[in-house]
Amino acid sequence: MNAGLAQRNPEASSTRGVMAERPDVGKLSVRNVGKIYDPEGAAVVAVEDCDVEVEAGDFVAIVGPSGCGKSTLMNAIAGFDTITSGEIMLDGVPLASPQLAPRPGPDRVVVFQHGALFPWKTVLENVTYGPMVQGKLSADEARIKAMGLLGECGGLDRVADTYPPQLSSGMQRRVEIVRALMNDPSILLLDEPFRAMDTVSKTTMHRHLLQMYRLCRRTIIFITHDLEEAVFLADKVMIMTSRPGTMKKSLDITLPRPRATDMLTSEEFRELKLQLSATVHEEAKKAFVRGEREQA
Amino acid sequence: MSAVEQDVKTIPPAGRATGRTLRPRRLARFVPGWRGTLSVVAFFVLWDLLVRWELGGFAHISSPLAVATAFVEGYLTSADYWMSWWASFQRVLYGFVAAQLLGIPLGLLLGTRPLLNGLFYPVIELLRPIPPLAWVPLSILFWPTTELSIIFITFIGAFFIIVINVHDSVRSIKKEHLWLAQSMGASPLLIFRRIIIPSVIPSIAVGMTLGIAVTWNVVIAAEMIASDSGLGRLTWEGYVSSTGPVVIIGMISIGLAGYLSTLVVDIVEKKMMPWRKGH
Amino acid sequence: MKDLLTSKRFWLMWAGYALFMLMWYGSTNWLPIAAFNRLPGPIEVITEWVNPDPFYGISIFTAPYYTHILYSVARATTAFLLAVALGVPLGILMGWSTRFNEYASGLFGLLRPIPPLAWVPVAILLFAQPEAAVVFVTFLVAFFATTMNTFVGVRSIDKDYFRAAECLGSSPTQVLRHVIIPGALPHIFTGLQIAMGAAWFSLAAGEMIAAQYGLGFLVFESYNLIQFPTIVIGMATLGLAGYISSALIRVVGKRLMQWREQALGMEG
Repeated sequence: MNAGLAQRNPEASSTRGVMAERPDVGKLSVRNVGKIYDPEGAAVVAVEDCDVEVEAGDFVAIVGPSGCGKSTLMNAIAGFDTITSGEIMLDGVPLASPQLAPRPGPDRVVVFQHGALFPWKTVLENVTYGPMVQGKLSADEARIKAMGLLGECGGLDRVADTYPPQLSSGMQRRVEIVRALMNDPSILLLDEPFRAMDTVSKTTMHRHLLQMYRLCRRTIIFITHDLEEAVFLADKVMIMTSRPGTMKKSLDITLPRPRATDMLTSEEFRELKLQLSATVHEEAKKAFVRGEREQA
Repeated sequence: MSAVEQDVKTIPPAGRATGRTLRPRRLARFVPGWRGTLSVVAFFVLWDLLVRWELGGFAHISSPLAVATAFVEGYLTSADYWMSWWASFQRVLYGFVAAQLLGIPLGLLLGTRPLLNGLFYPVIELLRPIPPLAWVPLSILFWPTTELSIIFITFIGAFFIIVINVHDSVRSIKKEHLWLAQSMGASPLLIFRRIIIPSVIPSIAVGMTLGIAVTWNVVIAAEMIASDSGLGRLTWEGYVSSTGPVVIIGMISIGLAGYLSTLVVDIVEKKMMPWRKGH
Repeated sequence: MKDLLTSKRFWLMWAGYALFMLMWYGSTNWLPIAAFNRLPGPIEVITEWVNPDPFYGISIFTAPYYTHILYSVARATTAFLLAVALGVPLGILMGWSTRFNEYASGLFGLLRPIPPLAWVPVAILLFAQPEAAVVFVTFLVAFFATTMNTFVGVRSIDKDYFRAAECLGSSPTQVLRHVIIPGALPHIFTGLQIAMGAAWFSLAAGEMIAAQYGLGFLVFESYNLIQFPTIVIGMATLGLAGYISSALIRVVGKRLMQWREQALGMEG
């Protein structure tokens, strides 16, 4: 972890500074993945023929309407749920397939939509939890690493001894991101983490997330339905459609890194956003027609 | 919280700490799968074996079969036995209903009137920890008949629970709801009818569920201590006259009676809260 | 302290107590109704309670008073500790393993509707001595309350916490230690409070029915011996004991759940 490289001022460091090297691990391939829920004999296709290729260290955003199967895909990658067809590989090793029992692990850490910091543990205890239970770091090592990372993420080291419910939701989410990064995961999975936030907090969160990405670069899968957020954060935006959930189109975001807030007003950004929004609408329309046909 | 064996209280969540808040559920109604059935069968087999081997105290206990035979032969068609049911049911009914009739208005009054609340709620808090059965002697002293004194003790058992439940829920009504109603020009009476009453109904239901269980407990004990009729008495006399099966017939009857009254309370609650149909 | 003395609540509370005493005194001494006059009044009770030479033999200066208290406290504590020692692990196991829960809930469904006090005769037969029977019945109520609340506590833990713990590489025992136990703790402590209340309820009844010492016995025995003020002394002591024991559980709970205290404090 090259946390020591960063300057103390997060404002400056997210705009300038050097991007960390591309990591060696974290190449994700999702091939023909499908998931059929069949609780009472009525088969519901949640995801079908889903293909995603993510290079190690890429930041990929997945956008799509509610109920399009984003979470199903996420749960499959995280190892919370089974898939019924296809295969998911991480660095060439199969993670999930219909024959493979799902298993979550510290190589793919999730940041949850509603937050899942343990309220009964302090910020520091939460953050050091992963390496401690895995026996990877001693208490002292974990504490030092945690304080370093917390400090980089907007001075969270100041609240290390408080309990999460006392923090604002933005701070809680940042702590959760740090908790995930403490495990040096191959992939960081973020499930609409900023969904319930107001615009101002969201902007702050983006800055901190980009800062952490710049410092400890990992493969990031970021689920959202906020198109602007997707364009601003990601290297590649994948568009998922419903009925059944599948990956139809993707858009490469050519904005340079590190990203800064002033890019939001640039011509290039606006262009990309329009393009994305047009694609999403087109796909939504197609899905709607398919749905109508299904109903008829 | 008073004596109940099936109460699962709602806890205010700390942040998202405890997840969603829970309504006390009627955990009595498990759906026994084959595993549940298996454990029940195992229970009866074990009981029978322990009695057969006369292991320790089981030498004095009747086997399941002996209980069943005694029940069919001596009790199923016995008028006395069914009179015991009737006697206990009556006491529960009177005590329970009286507790609701007095407890709900008192809870509402204490919840809505800060002055009365400040004066009398501490007194209620003071009296509540006294176990209902400890009232038996005073109750016998006070009431002219044993019957009335048992009903009174039963009443005590359910009374504090309902008062406190109603009181707490009135006090936890969202201020926004009251402000909204006030700003729309609702009269105090209308606010009482349209906001306060509907918001306390769920807690009345909770109080009733908890109350009915306590009520049976109290009646049984009171009958053992001070009465000459009812299911509690039947069980106790079985012990005194060392007729083993009766002790267990009495116990099972009491369990059944308690269960039946819980069902009745359930139905009443559903009627009170039509919006909770799916629950 | 200063806040307390100037607060309206504080004064209202004492006015309420005074009013209660006055009503008690008035109804027993002035009301021309025989039923009330038979009851002991507050003056009688209090003078007897603090009398170095009590008329009926029980006051804070006599040894038998403390013998009764000791018996009751010992029984309640034994029953309660047994209930916690068995009920908490059982409840956690039921919440943790669906299969185990299916086995256990069959039995629970069968035994729980029976009011614990209906067990008294069977318990006496089984244990061949009233002492054990009283403790058993007390244990039984506390046990059900503890087990059920623990079970509900485990079940109410948000599943994201389990997922997060797995993501971070926890083994099942680590999940138990770091998620299940702390997550269920608020419910467990509610259960313990209920269990304590229920234990005193059953204990009082059990002692009236089948014991030789203890506060419940004292209350009933005083009635039989026509020592009416002593009845109220017994009742009040029972109430006090119940109150103190649940206060103790609250204090321990607050200690163990500081995260919760702080969070609730935030909400105001």
